[in-house]
Amino acid sequence: MNAPVKIETTLKDWETDQEVRWCPGCGDYAILKAVQRTLPQIGADPANTVFISGIGCSSRFPYYMESYGFHTIHGRAPAVATGVKLANPDLDIWLVTGDGDGLSIGGNHLMHVLRRNVNMQIMLFNNEIYGLTKGQYSPTSREGTKSPSTPLGSYDHPARPAAFALGSGARFVARGFDVSKKLPEVLKAAHAHQGAAFIEIFQNCIVYNKDVFEDFAAPKGAEAQQLWLEHGEPMLFAGGTRGITLNRDKLCLEVVDVVDGDWQAAGVIVHDAANRSIAHMLVEMPFGPFPMALGVLYDDPRPTFETAVIEERAQASAGKEADLARLLGKGQTWTVSGTAQDPV
Amino acid sequence: MASQAAATPREADSPDAVVVRFAGDSGDGMQLTGGQFTLSTALAGNDLATFPDFPAEIRAPQGTLFGVSAFQINFGSREINTAGDAPDVLVAMNPAALKVNLAALKPGGLIIADTGEFTKRNLDKAKYEANPLEDGSLAKYDLLAFDISALTIEAVKPFGLGNKDALRCKNMWTLGLALWMFDRPREPLHDWLRQKFRNKPEIADANIAALDAGHAYGETAELSGPLKQVHVDPVPSEPGLYRTITGAEAVSLGLVAGAQLAELPMFFGGYPITPASAILHHLARLKEFGVTTFQAEDEIAAICAAIGASYAGSLGVTSSSGPGIALKGEAMGLAIMTELPLVIVNSQRGGPSTGLPTKTEQSDLYQAVYGRNGDAPMPVIAARSPGDAFDCAIEACRIAVEYMTPVMLLTDGYIANAAEPWKVPDPAAYARFPATFLAEKNAGDTLLPYKRDAKGARPWIKPGTPGLMHRIGGIEKAVDTGHIDYSPDNHQAMTDARKDKVLGVTVPDQDVCLGGESGRLAVVGWGSTFGPIHQAVGRARRKGHDVSHVHVRHIWPLPANLGALLKRFDKVLVPEMNTGQFKTVLRDQFLIDAEPLTKTSGQPFQIAELEEAIGKYFDGIADNEGGQVPVNEEQLPHLESGHDDGSLNAKASPQSQEHGS
Repeated sequence: MNAPVKIETTLKDWETDQEVRWCPGCGDYAILKAVQRTLPQIGADPANTVFISGIGCSSRFPYYMESYGFHTIHGRAPAVATGVKLANPDLDIWLVTGDGDGLSIGGNHLMHVLRRNVNMQIMLFNNEIYGLTKGQYSPTSREGTKSPSTPLGSYDHPARPAAFALGSGARFVARGFDVSKKLPEVLKAAHAHQGAAFIEIFQNCIVYNKDVFEDFAAPKGAEAQQLWLEHGEPMLFAGGTRGITLNRDKLCLEVVDVVDGDWQAAGVIVHDAANRSIAHMLVEMPFGPFPMALGVLYDDPRPTFETAVIEERAQASAGKEADLARLLGKGQTWTVSGTAQDPV
Repeated sequence: MASQAAATPREADSPDAVVVRFAGDSGDGMQLTGGQFTLSTALAGNDLATFPDFPAEIRAPQGTLFGVSAFQINFGSREINTAGDAPDVLVAMNPAALKVNLAALKPGGLIIADTGEFTKRNLDKAKYEANPLEDGSLAKYDLLAFDISALTIEAVKPFGLGNKDALRCKNMWTLGLALWMFDRPREPLHDWLRQKFRNKPEIADANIAALDAGHAYGETAELSGPLKQVHVDPVPSEPGLYRTITGAEAVSLGLVAGAQLAELPMFFGGYPITPASAILHHLARLKEFGVTTFQAEDEIAAICAAIGASYAGSLGVTSSSGPGIALKGEAMGLAIMTELPLVIVNSQRGGPSTGLPTKTEQSDLYQAVYGRNGDAPMPVIAARSPGDAFDCAIEACRIAVEYMTPVMLLTDGYIANAAEPWKVPDPAAYARFPATFLAEKNAGDTLLPYKRDAKGARPWIKPGTPGLMHRIGGIEKAVDTGHIDYSPDNHQAMTDARKDKVLGVTVPDQDVCLGGESGRLAVVGWGSTFGPIHQAVGRARRKGHDVSHVHVRHIWPLPANLGALLKRFDKVLVPEMNTGQFKTVLRDQFLIDAEPLTKTSGQPFQIAELEEAIGKYFDGIADNEGGQVPVNEEQLPHLESGHDDGSLNAKASPQSQEHGS
């Protein structure tokens, strides 16, 4: 974006007159509120903001945002958003997708929008289930998930969205969860990043996959299992009593106890958001033996796709006149004169 | 046309049309030779049409039957509409080229063969038991066989090239001979070679030497032999500036012109696929015209990005061939539902599935008109020739912008690759159709994103416009407001509105391009069958038959007067390179007894085939009404034969002809 003009709005300004149609208690409500709370804080202009989604429960999101919105087709929102951004790079684009939309039918497009680094915020609501089609297992469902299509339990290995994003070349990878009070801060960091910013948001589907993230994302009592990453700060969790260290012999992360707050003695490492190697370890860090890594896992911008396209177009056009008549008459031509060759 | 009415070069010094086919190995540069011969022919003022016919394989094994690449050109001193039926002259650079192309040669035609390539090894590869140049099997033709390879090596000796590089100049030697045969100046070729090899002057000099040597060979060769110089007079044509143009070039230029007339930047989303990629290649070099090209990750992303660009206020365009168009189907529905302008170019090829990537067919008409889920009406236009594709592309842009709808433009592999002389149009002569964007609320203090104008089009609202925030999507919209609405009456109303909008598109009345406005037989064509139908109807009329040629550009909606026009004929014959798709549409729309005449061999219609079918209506033969063009068994091997990389630039860089490989 070219230096955006900051606009004063309130949360109410971002609500539409449309009735919200998610199930009562759905985690999407909390995410919607978090987004509507974040946008005034960053001075976003509703007229310049576009929410673009695919298909699924999460993809109803644009209808509830008083901005421009495009509810597209299943899995293809990244491709539509790429076209929007190339046609008008000044627009501020938020992409809304889910685990099925973004990683199953639309996995290819998600990979390429990240690889190209098109400047937009990509929110992937991960509830590990297909909600809108009534509860089939999804590409992020855990092995053994019983669902209408897998009555005896699924056997595919689940995809890990943050690892997928990083592997696709993303330059910003973050995590949050629906009811987290810190979600707006994560969204703000994503918005501040110039380029494709990927945010995995764990979202509780109370009808088909209730409480699967409860161990780290319960509204209360799960804080000890959350590792909130902050650039330049030690990787501490459980109230500072535990931390993450790097085993330099095995080249892997380990959990260590921190005694009396002396994290340096315990060997706890400091989060460097621009360290891609550590980011790879964080996105792969298994929950259970480890806490859930949340916040900004990786943030290291590089030039965006639309900037390169615009610059190339400007360079290729420099000094050239867009003279259509001359273009049409280019190449080897010949002239038929009126006198010599009158039609017979 | 041309070939059969014309005398062979041997018999006459000034025929009114000649058909020449250059055939060789994929690596022999036959497409390049043909392309350059085409340019020199155009510069000589002849009318012409070409048919590049090459294999899907990029670099087929040398000397094989399936590695044969051919380029046919028909040129004359009168109007030429087709690449010609049977060649008068066949240039065969190796045994495989002779074997694959001999069946097409006119009896008594001239064969020019390179004896240097008729070795035991190459004869084996072409499955010849004996050397056809020596065993008398070519007795019904004129044969001119000599060692072009050796003559070329001799000619380029002063430039110190290795044998392999020297032999790469063979095509220029052959072109030089052809230039002599048809009395063409060499200077434009010299200039072109110097420009092409400006960084390798010794290669340029060697090629020029080979070209000159071929030309000199013609001059000094035995005059009593079959080789004679032939002069084809310039065709009388309208005064003006001319150039040659292929369909792919014409579509690209037409899209640029269309975007300018709409006063919009153009966004082109594409994915490599034969034979449509050339459009992406052309447009990628026209950035100064406000063109953004985007090579997407797949066909679906290509159209979706184009839809996104249209939503944001550009003219979105996407292009593909049959298999890719199928992948885009769901997204076309989105563009229809959200009522955004979009141009979809379909360069048709043989199908189904991967089918015949480098061969032509018209078998995507059902897909274009009917091939989407739901009631999804969309205007469809078909170009009839390379030059016509320019006007059709502008027309597609006009309809898309004026009616806020996706539009499909049909061309095919033949139109995309073939070249014809084109009178360069004046862009200022085209009517402008500037796009307008909504700037403020359109119903008092309310915004109605689906409020329709007199044409049934909704307003185009660019994101970024203050105060006009709204949401669109693929779910059924409420009338006027565009809110989600599944209610029965609303879906009925919106289905009707979308249908009526497309049926209301202004389409010029159908004219009769040859013959009377009523009569015994109307031959109705669409797309690239224009040339052979026009010539065949012309011949039938010269025999006194009461037959007319009607060529339809607007496939959907059809011209309003078309039904009444066709009902004034006793019979309606519809030749198509498919199994009868347009025939079905005509029967359905007008309840007329349209008779199919079908061909699906991957080759264009020959004039003679159509002339014969037309003749049957007037010969009093019972039950003989068109039907299917019989497969020529002798030509069956053609179906798996191939050629070079398909471009006129015989560069060494391989490019994929297959979808997505």
